[in-house]
Amino acid sequence: MGTRIEVAIRPELPDPQGNRFIKRIQDDYGIRVSSARILDVYHVDKALDEDQQERCRRELFTDPLTQHSSLGPLPGKAFDWMIEIGFLPGVTDNVGNTSREAVEDLLNIRFQPGESVYSAEQILLAGPLKEEQVKRIASIRYNPLIQKAWIQNRKDWEQDPLDNRVYAPKVRLAPSRQIDTVSLNVDDKELTRLGKEGILDLGEDGRKVGRGPLALDVPTLKVIRDHFNGLGRDPTDLELESIAQTWSEHCKHNIFAARIDEVDSLYKTYIQGATKAIRKRLGSDDWCLSVFRDNSGVIRLNEDWSICYKVETHNSPSALDPYGGAITGIVGVNRDPLGTGMGARLIVNNYGFCFGDPYYKGSPYYRLPGREEATLHPKVIFEGVREGVEHGGNKSGIPTAWGFLTFDPRYMGKPLVFVGTVGLLPATLHGRPSHEKKAQPGDRIIMAGGRVGKDGIHGATFSSEAMHAGSPATAVQIGDPITQKKLADAQIEIRDLGLYHSVTDNGAGGLSCSVAEMARECGGCRVVLDQIPIKYEGLLPYETWISESQERMTYAVPPENVDPLCDLMRRRGVEATVIGEFTDDGLCVVEFEGRRIMDLDMKFLHEGNPQKILATTYTEPDHPEPEFPEPEDPAETLRRMLGRLNLCSKEYVVRQFDHEVQAGSVIKPLVGKHQDVASDAAVTRPLLDGPEGIALSHSLYPTYGDIDPYWMAACAIDTAIRNLVVVGAAPQRIALLDNFCWCSSDDPERLGQLKRAARACYDFAVAYGTPFISGKDSMYNDFKGFDEDDRPVKISVPPTLLISSLGILEDVTRSVTLDAKMPGDRLYLLGTTRDELGASEYYALMGEILQGERYIGKRVPTVEAGPNLRIYTALHQAILEGHVSAAASLGLGGLATAASKMALAGDLGMEIDLSAVSTEPGGLRADRILYSESQGRILVSVSPEKEETFLSLFEGLPCRLVGRTHEEAFLRVHGKDGAPYLEEGLPKLREAYKKTLWW
Amino acid sequence: MAKPRALVLTGYGINCDWETAFAFEKAGAEARRVHVNDLIDGHDSLDRYQILSFPGGFSYGDDISSGKVLANRVKTHLAESIKRFIEKGGLIIGICNGFQVVVKYGLLGSPEGPMEEQKSTLTNNDSSRYEDRWVHLRPKDGRCVFTRGIDKLYLPVAHGEGKFFTDPKTLEGLEAAGCVVLRYTDEEGRAAGGRFPWNPNGSLNDIAGICDPSGRVFGLMPHPERHLHFTQHPLWTRMAEGYRREGRPLPEEGDGMALFRNAVTYFTE
Repeated sequence: MGTRIEVAIRPELPDPQGNRFIKRIQDDYGIRVSSARILDVYHVDKALDEDQQERCRRELFTDPLTQHSSLGPLPGKAFDWMIEIGFLPGVTDNVGNTSREAVEDLLNIRFQPGESVYSAEQILLAGPLKEEQVKRIASIRYNPLIQKAWIQNRKDWEQDPLDNRVYAPKVRLAPSRQIDTVSLNVDDKELTRLGKEGILDLGEDGRKVGRGPLALDVPTLKVIRDHFNGLGRDPTDLELESIAQTWSEHCKHNIFAARIDEVDSLYKTYIQGATKAIRKRLGSDDWCLSVFRDNSGVIRLNEDWSICYKVETHNSPSALDPYGGAITGIVGVNRDPLGTGMGARLIVNNYGFCFGDPYYKGSPYYRLPGREEATLHPKVIFEGVREGVEHGGNKSGIPTAWGFLTFDPRYMGKPLVFVGTVGLLPATLHGRPSHEKKAQPGDRIIMAGGRVGKDGIHGATFSSEAMHAGSPATAVQIGDPITQKKLADAQIEIRDLGLYHSVTDNGAGGLSCSVAEMARECGGCRVVLDQIPIKYEGLLPYETWISESQERMTYAVPPENVDPLCDLMRRRGVEATVIGEFTDDGLCVVEFEGRRIMDLDMKFLHEGNPQKILATTYTEPDHPEPEFPEPEDPAETLRRMLGRLNLCSKEYVVRQFDHEVQAGSVIKPLVGKHQDVASDAAVTRPLLDGPEGIALSHSLYPTYGDIDPYWMAACAIDTAIRNLVVVGAAPQRIALLDNFCWCSSDDPERLGQLKRAARACYDFAVAYGTPFISGKDSMYNDFKGFDEDDRPVKISVPPTLLISSLGILEDVTRSVTLDAKMPGDRLYLLGTTRDELGASEYYALMGEILQGERYIGKRVPTVEAGPNLRIYTALHQAILEGHVSAAASLGLGGLATAASKMALAGDLGMEIDLSAVSTEPGGLRADRILYSESQGRILVSVSPEKEETFLSLFEGLPCRLVGRTHEEAFLRVHGKDGAPYLEEGLPKLREAYKKTLWW
Repeated sequence: MAKPRALVLTGYGINCDWETAFAFEKAGAEARRVHVNDLIDGHDSLDRYQILSFPGGFSYGDDISSGKVLANRVKTHLAESIKRFIEKGGLIIGICNGFQVVVKYGLLGSPEGPMEEQKSTLTNNDSSRYEDRWVHLRPKDGRCVFTRGIDKLYLPVAHGEGKFFTDPKTLEGLEAAGCVVLRYTDEEGRAAGGRFPWNPNGSLNDIAGICDPSGRVFGLMPHPERHLHFTQHPLWTRMAEGYRREGRPLPEEGDGMALFRNAVTYFTE
């Protein structure tokens, strides 16, 4: 039963997708393929008559101008090898889902439960290829965690063609309504096992198999045991799983909440503490509205509008399935502003990727011994993540206005994938502040959006041995931006009609967390599990409750609004279902088939989690300060610096992200005459009819942590602020977000580093008056596996602190870009240049050249917030008064990089005199002045007529005339003795800047 | 004179509806964002409007073929009212994904005028990549209501399937009928000649936008609604520095406004 439809680009036309694939095969593997054609395959798993099949083929699946198609295999295929790739059961198939909806609409029929359309792709390769090569080629597009691939050569195909069938990866599960109780009155060994491996199930072969970790330690399990002993019963599996979700590191941030040495919670003391101190100081001028208590932090934009912002990470899933991990990450973080207050409109996305070297030539590592489950190549991760964020952002219609890429070999085991979303909220809705919400007793609980499947349940540990052919692949998920877009659009309508009291998103822990969290607003909830819409039969009750199926929001709806809300949702193509009600009896209750299978005290559920007690150690690193001669060819050194992965142009990535949808872009991620130089920050107009702007930037210095995590954090904060000031944001209206991505957080030494970084967050946020409004942590970014010879390998990310900054501009027409504007403008360098090249890009380059690996050194950049803030404040005034024609923030690669970017962006030459630079006493060697990464510095261009007024604003501050712009297309640097030190033409610098990441 | 009423379609992944509605409002229309389902189930009616806009976005995620699934949905349920709308003199504009929708529907792409059969297409960019970049455009002064009196435009494209393609006969017919009203050019206004990046997708004859023989149905891949403010121009800070040094005020509007204003003045003048 079922119909197979194959669609291909007509043979006489080029196949751009196939051609791009040929180039990728050549670039990545050096394998030459003479032709690659990529076919779309649709398996319609429903009985259709011939006329219906033909209509679908012709009117839906085939473009009449460019494609040809057939029912069954397309005749006349020319190939040497055929690869076909389809999804595993249970994996989100967005194309398949759209196809089903489109077939229903076209034929005016309905698919019954179990019937569906499945998409697949077929690749036809021509060339003298060996099977082993074809397998490697397939691995570019095929991920065994989510897909199934078939490979056949021409000869075998002629015997038994693999494309002569309908592939329907339907989920088949035995119906189950099993509810277990779990005794916790067992010994510590068994409790340890339970925490690590989870509740035991009977496997198919009769052996007992753990369901996957609860991630609860023995002291915590004993607290749970004592609670249930007090009730005189054992917990059900659903109760235990539910507690494990609510008390997870993800939800309760146990390490940041721990007593750590003398500090009662790093989070409360240093992060929230900083914000409290700043808000107190601001008094009635406080512009924070809702911080650290909702899904994202909310600040005031103006009297009528508020802005909210959240940055998340999605690291482990992106290591396994880069595309699925990243798209789920970006579409997932979108739900944080959707679930903030009464629900925001999503106006900007941003991203940050930390990857291993995309040109890595070594062997892979393996998750299992015996060369099983190889890690993905950094470039495969790069491309998958890029495409995931591209599809997630572009298809949601949210501009991806800003982002960064950072490279370090230590991100090879696990990439870091940061995704952020800014939302816009009316200041008030129906007469109430919209950043507040409150579910009321008696409100119905409504779940809307996608249905519930096994997605994400103990995902990362879903073992292959427990899988059979009909098991859904749940290890990784694939976000569905269109389902969510429909939900997000509809939410604004029901919000503005005032149909609900409260909303939150379903993320980690699914309903178990979203409903229980909302229930705190009123004091209890009662959920009827049987009413929850599911994707397929066979889910265990606890699975329905904790499933992380995507694209779902939960609402608290007064009974009289249930019908209007559900009706409007239905008209928008969104499923909405009443699954229970909110109460005030202090209990979180779940019922199934009339039985109460969860009956937990709300207070215990939310506050019963015992505080962890942790101790730290800290050993000061001791890397020698490198001594090396000045480079003989300073121009060549500059070119190599500009081409370094961490400094070079990311235009290849930026252009594939729609950064202009919603029509608010003011400063784009690429600026300058040729729109090819990375800006320091993006500026967006959130209200099309208003003058305000929001500026966004990021900063991180993971290598600085190799010398001192305290200064790593301080520098990230300083840079994140400075990057906004240079585009015109007011220094006194900047909010920060923290994302700690640590490693091995059970190691006291790593915790010691964490504590130092957190302390710096307090010190510098307070010193700058820039409150943290939201944050997130991910504490175990380690890869544990094996090398080719089965030796154990552990790769830990460098402790990474991302600081994201959001600033407000009162008038976007005052914003400034970094490109030099006019010949003859004066160049001023603000700030002091010190011998601070520890862990810098320049040390890394020189070390790689001279000793085969990077130099680290000791003298890491430090931050003096007081003087820096005076400079930033003066610069902001100068910008407001219109004295600044260009401003570039000095970060990685220091003065030389910032000056090159300013010249390249303006397509104007530049003269710089190093003897004029304000340095620490004693002065610095020329190369050190050029590449020092001292903080607090900005290169500014000023028109000669404005010079005097400009300078009057900087009295008493380090502000030195260091050069001027000119019309000849070269950058010339004079050394300390005034003699020419470096001269290079702009075309060569541009080539160096742009060629590294372009494929 | 009453403001003309503009219907801006929403739903199923359309996502440029807010700014398109803003553009029509700014141009003097009364714009309303209407969900496609509200037209299908009769909560609203096309008969109440003079302008119909298919905005940009990712209807149905571009799955199967960009614009195709929404085109089918509209055709299946609304063909009669669209036909009536065109007959009584309404204006239709399709932008980016909206252009893909109207071409795949058959409202554009045939020299014979709107029909219910697809005669042209928009297919994968030659680069096989989604690209966001600004392009120079030269409108052809002729019967197209939207491009009247505009001699050049600078607008962003942001698409993966923007290559205009059709068979030689249809192409010749479209050219002969004066339907090709917008082409990609280089900075100097010379024909892009298929060269990247000036022609960003490999479109035949550098075609960026076409109209029907009446000039009242128009579609284009670039986004006029993304250049409504001067501050959206990618070089605006460079231009602003020049204006300021010359003591001149900054312009407020961007190139894209002219298209929307043309649509409005068609009814008000």
